[in-house]
Amino acid sequence: MCATCGCSSDQHHEHGDHHHHHNDQRTIIDVERDILHQNNLLAERNRGYFDAKNILCLNLVSSPGSGKTSLLEKTLTDLKRELDFVVIEGDQQTTNDADRIHATGTKVTQINTGKGCHLDSHMIFHALQGLKPKENSVLFIENVGNLVCPAMFDLGEKERVVIMSVTEGDDKPLKYPDMFHTSTLCIINKTDLLPYVPFDINKAKENAKKVNHKLEIIEVSCTSGEGLNQWYEWLKSKVPVPEMAE
Amino acid sequence: MHELSIVMSIIEIADGEAVKANASKIDEIELEVGLLSGIEMSAFDFAWQEAVRSTVLENAERIIVRPSGKAVCLECNTTFDMDHLYAPCPACKSHFIEITQGKELRVKSLTVA
Repeated sequence: MCATCGCSSDQHHEHGDHHHHHNDQRTIIDVERDILHQNNLLAERNRGYFDAKNILCLNLVSSPGSGKTSLLEKTLTDLKRELDFVVIEGDQQTTNDADRIHATGTKVTQINTGKGCHLDSHMIFHALQGLKPKENSVLFIENVGNLVCPAMFDLGEKERVVIMSVTEGDDKPLKYPDMFHTSTLCIINKTDLLPYVPFDINKAKENAKKVNHKLEIIEVSCTSGEGLNQWYEWLKSKVPVPEMAE
Repeated sequence: MHELSIVMSIIEIADGEAVKANASKIDEIELEVGLLSGIEMSAFDFAWQEAVRSTVLENAERIIVRPSGKAVCLECNTTFDMDHLYAPCPACKSHFIEITQGKELRVKSLTVA
């Protein structure tokens, strides 16, 4: 039982939307509740917190090894004079990624999911209590490296960024369509390796667009720096401008 | 294996409803799991078997309704059945489509004794 958010099994206590049919000894209860209801409620609560504090929250998802942490390190280092960053790292085990982020001078907290394969809004809710991100900051949540499970769990983010790299297959969006379907931006990383791998970048983009026609795509290389400016421009364009009180 | 989290959420919902109805066990649970919801049924069944032990759902009969995938084309307005997320419009081959059915993931009803 979580004392703060009441996310225990006994918190569904409203009666108004129920129709009870008594038939012999059996009662049918019309529940009609989304199975992810609890996660979605807490995600909205997180989202409200971000809105109130004018925080831009991004959820970074990908398979393991596509370069999420490298992209973050690069971004945090290059933009730390312009933007205030905070990071939540999600991994099954170790604080290795958090240590790498910490080395850039950024405030970071690590969530170890143990056996868990994804972050959920409840974990983020509690991570925020410890992290206390400043107003007008940019919060990156680096999800567990997994292209399947995190797709179903809204964390309260403004944008979901899926990262794939050219060392993976160009059919990845078709193999893992849920993740590409729910993301708003796709970053194709490690483009400096294109001459050495059979990855067809146009095909990859075409496949991604097949799954999600609204998906924006940016090609980058964290090693050579190519394309990073486009990502930085995209990021800065998403930072909410605080409304001035008249 | 997000199916385990999904099953745990179902147990949580069922448990809450059982408490409200003063029921100690649930006879039947009706679920709606769309074909495009991203749930792998074999993983779901496995997670279910393990997770419902010693809960109100332990002996519940499970009825699963599986709405098929449907989409509407934003270019030519054709409504069509889709069995995967990257299916194009069969009429004009466009990928500018909006899914209208198949992503359901819901506890529909419970029967308690």
